[in-house]
Amino acid sequence: MSFVKGLRCRECGKEYPARLQAGCEECFAPLEVDYDYAAISNSLTQDRIASRPGNLWRYRELLPVEAEPLVGVASGWTPLVRADRLGRKLGLDHLYLKNDSVSYPTLSFKDRVTSMAVNKAIEFKLEAVGCASTGNLANSVAAQAAAAGISAYILIPESLERSKITATQIYGARVIAVRGNYDDVNRLCAQIAERHPWGFVNVNLRPFYAEGSKTMGFEIAEQLGWRAPTSIVVPMAGGALLSKIHKGLGELERVGLLKEPVKTKLYGAQAVGCNPIVDAVRRKSIDIRPVKPNTIAKSLAIGNPADGYYASGFIQSSGGWADDATDAEISEGISLLAETQGIYTETAGGVSIAVLKKLVDAGHIDRRGITVVAITGNGLKTPEAVALNPPEVIDARIEAFERVVEGGVVHVA
Amino acid sequence: MSLKVVIPTPLRKHTGGAEVVEVDAGTVKEVIDRLENKFPGIRNSVCDDSGGLRRFINVYVDGEDVRFLQNLSTPAKDGSEIAIVPAISGG
Repeated sequence: MSFVKGLRCRECGKEYPARLQAGCEECFAPLEVDYDYAAISNSLTQDRIASRPGNLWRYRELLPVEAEPLVGVASGWTPLVRADRLGRKLGLDHLYLKNDSVSYPTLSFKDRVTSMAVNKAIEFKLEAVGCASTGNLANSVAAQAAAAGISAYILIPESLERSKITATQIYGARVIAVRGNYDDVNRLCAQIAERHPWGFVNVNLRPFYAEGSKTMGFEIAEQLGWRAPTSIVVPMAGGALLSKIHKGLGELERVGLLKEPVKTKLYGAQAVGCNPIVDAVRRKSIDIRPVKPNTIAKSLAIGNPADGYYASGFIQSSGGWADDATDAEISEGISLLAETQGIYTETAGGVSIAVLKKLVDAGHIDRRGITVVAITGNGLKTPEAVALNPPEVIDARIEAFERVVEGGVVHVA
Repeated sequence: MSLKVVIPTPLRKHTGGAEVVEVDAGTVKEVIDRLENKFPGIRNSVCDDSGGLRRFINVYVDGEDVRFLQNLSTPAKDGSEIAIVPAISGG
């Protein structure tokens, strides 16, 4: 049993039962899962959560899954890493990294959302799941579907990185590459979802799927000692992660789990080659103008972000800001994080780090406060994003080694 | 000019269940006008009070989002396919 009351339209407020549904039938706006917060307040305590295993189901009262979860049982509860070396370099007193590059089972934050979607697919007794994906979601849906023993149909843009395609096909998923960009794939997926009785995680399972992203916010607050950070930097593709972190922190406050009210400033990060949400924030608008993506940050290459309107609004109402990074800055961001903190992230993480640096330099982020950066994926998935010199090759002789390291030990930045 | 309009499931309550509707129109705006003539009430589901497309509706002419073209003024040629698609999330 869950505390779910049903689904509610974010715009017109129309209510629906908790069922497979893409959006509001009246105005097409996204649906939010609505909970009985009063009952959750009475039953959920910090101690109760602390007594549970280290995975995202420790917050299950605030999640939409009814039965005992069957897949993604070990997902979530990734490390919140104190990042003093990077913080010193950037001039931040208290910098933390929420490191979802080690997420279980597929090394990106998408494991949080597929843990919801695939368990709901099992509850709804669906024979197959599917998605449109820029890569990380594809990996995660395929893996969780395999673990659940249900078929997966995955639609991707043709140009996706090779390693992300392999890391989807390996689970036995049916992968179909579509000529065009993600937004073309997404349109096709919406049309396929109308014809086939499957669970599409980003279409008719969307209200449930999206709830998984709240757990990143829950964990950050708990790992900081039940405090919301001063600032949080989040990479944005469709804008759902940032919006759901906002919802998650708000829910913790609402059910009485936080020591102080949430005053967190939300900061959004995109690539210059795909920045429709940043563009809206700069115009101080919530009106999203779609773009044709052209960036190495393929996991963020959504030119028509479905939650961009909300992400832009939450950034501005929180007092935060948004900025974008060029491909070169993204690569530098990946290297900077690896060399200072020993964390190898994919392009989206490079975007977050590059934008963090810009926001600090421009004075947007409070240097004395607690800053958290969401590192959402693993660098092993996008090795082509950084161009490094090939290693030196030597004969297996001690003199050869001494000759190449002459000049002493190389200290990283 | 005869155009094919693909109607998404939530709007088929207006079209008597039809998935594809043929209309004669020269622009996207005219497509919506013709649809409203045939199926009174459908405009309200597609457009907001100011007459623009609703925020959560995407309209495509032969696969291209009209926001990259001329929005409601986007012309359609004979045989074009107009698809009305609710926005969906992604990643």
